Amino acid sequence: MSKLKHFFRSYTLKDLLTGLRITGKHLWRRKVTVQFPEEQTPQSPRFRGLHALRRYPNGEERCIGCKLCEAVCPAAAITIDAGPRQDDGTRRTTRYEIDMFKCIYCGFCEESCPVDSIVETRVMDYHFEQRGDNILTKAQLLAIGDKYEEQIAEDRKQDAKYR
Amino acid sequence: MLDIIIDFFIIGTKIGLILLPLILAVAYTTYAERKIIGYMQMRVGPNRVGPKGWLQPIADVIKLLMKEVVIPSGANKGLFLLAPILFIAPSFAAWAVIPFDAELVLANSDVGLLYILAMTSIAVYGVIIAGWASNSKYALLGSLRSASQIISYEIAMGFALVGVLMASGSMNLGEIVKGQEGGFWHWYWIPLLPLLVIYWISGVAETNRAPFDLPEGESEIVAGFHVEYAGISFALFFLAEYANMILISVLTALFFFGGWLNPFQGIPFIEGITNWVPGIAWLLLKAGFFLFLMIWLRATFPRYRYDQIMRLGWKVFIPVTVVWLMILTFMIKAGVGPWFTGRGVF
Repeated sequence: MSKLKHFFRSYTLKDLLTGLRITGKHLWRRKVTVQFPEEQTPQSPRFRGLHALRRYPNGEERCIGCKLCEAVCPAAAITIDAGPRQDDGTRRTTRYEIDMFKCIYCGFCEESCPVDSIVETRVMDYHFEQRGDNILTKAQLLAIGDKYEEQIAEDRKQDAKYR
Repeated sequence: MLDIIIDFFIIGTKIGLILLPLILAVAYTTYAERKIIGYMQMRVGPNRVGPKGWLQPIADVIKLLMKEVVIPSGANKGLFLLAPILFIAPSFAAWAVIPFDAELVLANSDVGLLYILAMTSIAVYGVIIAGWASNSKYALLGSLRSASQIISYEIAMGFALVGVLMASGSMNLGEIVKGQEGGFWHWYWIPLLPLLVIYWISGVAETNRAPFDLPEGESEIVAGFHVEYAGISFALFFLAEYANMILISVLTALFFFGGWLNPFQGIPFIEGITNWVPGIAWLLLKAGFFLFLMIWLRATFPRYRYDQIMRLGWKVFIPVTVVWLMILTFMIKAGVGPWFTGRGVF
């Protein structure tokens, strides 16, 4: 009996037709594609994208060269040289570089920073055009920070009560 | 002398009139495929190049034409370059006997059906040579798979066409269509339904389309027989595959769905208002449906395992066609109407 059933099932192509019906229905479904550059998916304020170095409102850079981020970085992507600054003798970084090819966007540097200097912004679509461009220097990181400071500050404020 | 040149010119024009729309149709079949499969997977498909992505196939063609043709070291250069030509030539040549309308046919041959079978089988040489000349194990494996698959399904396909032959009593494609004159219930798809299904599935297998696309199984042999081809030589394989798809669709429409005939023939009112539609439009409409079905199949089914393909071809299709040919004999001898009236012996 079950053999007979199987015979009719396979020779009437029942299973295949069921499959076709499902895809046929999906042809008319609403499409879920996000048209990326024009449309964006919602982002969390904790989004970890491109790195930035922040400044205090008076224009002084936050980073004090404590090298905690360099120590905690699991991919060893951060390189820091520190020393006293020429004019006032405060401890600052003379070199602060992040190799973006090594970075795994774990956010440990951000978490370890005692002065909220190194942060990860929401920027996720960026590219490099030349060999070596992947290593972001201190000047570049500070420039990124200046550019997105408003958004960065807003995101830190929203997250403040959980930190 | 002069009339020979004029003849050549006229024939050349006719060939161009068939081939240029065909190549354009191939380009837009790829577009339709990507769009339809995208829609079935709830994506939108290509929509960046031109309005709604309409220029995408053109961009693809330009890209393929500008790429370098890489000839692998150790490849047999002559055969390597011959293979794509050998693959594409028959799939174009087969169009010579396709009747687009009652009088619209390049070569009104009385052995059209045989010619079609011959042409679609020659393509397998292109595949085998491509696989062998590439000097690559993946290409060779792919071509062996493809060859055995095409040969296996050729038999079932041929048997299914024997049914069409018996029903129409002619090998001339035009005659086959004329035998189906008079409304959609006069077409051969009703008495030959199992043969239609078998012909269609064999056709899908013959063109190496999903779910029978073992020859290019990405997961195990990368891309099959055309793995070493790039640029325009790959484009030729691609073109031929899609030209074959369109060919199979058109043939199914001709053999089983009355070709250029108006489906409403013989229905008093609707026939009157659809009379102005040219026959070629009906043929393209029917073929377009089958083309859509082919893409639909690809979006739906996973790939068969190799032994399943062979089992289906040899142990299911061939017995079923033989059984149905016997039933068909009785139907014809009994003069079952409206298809075989007047041909009965009782």
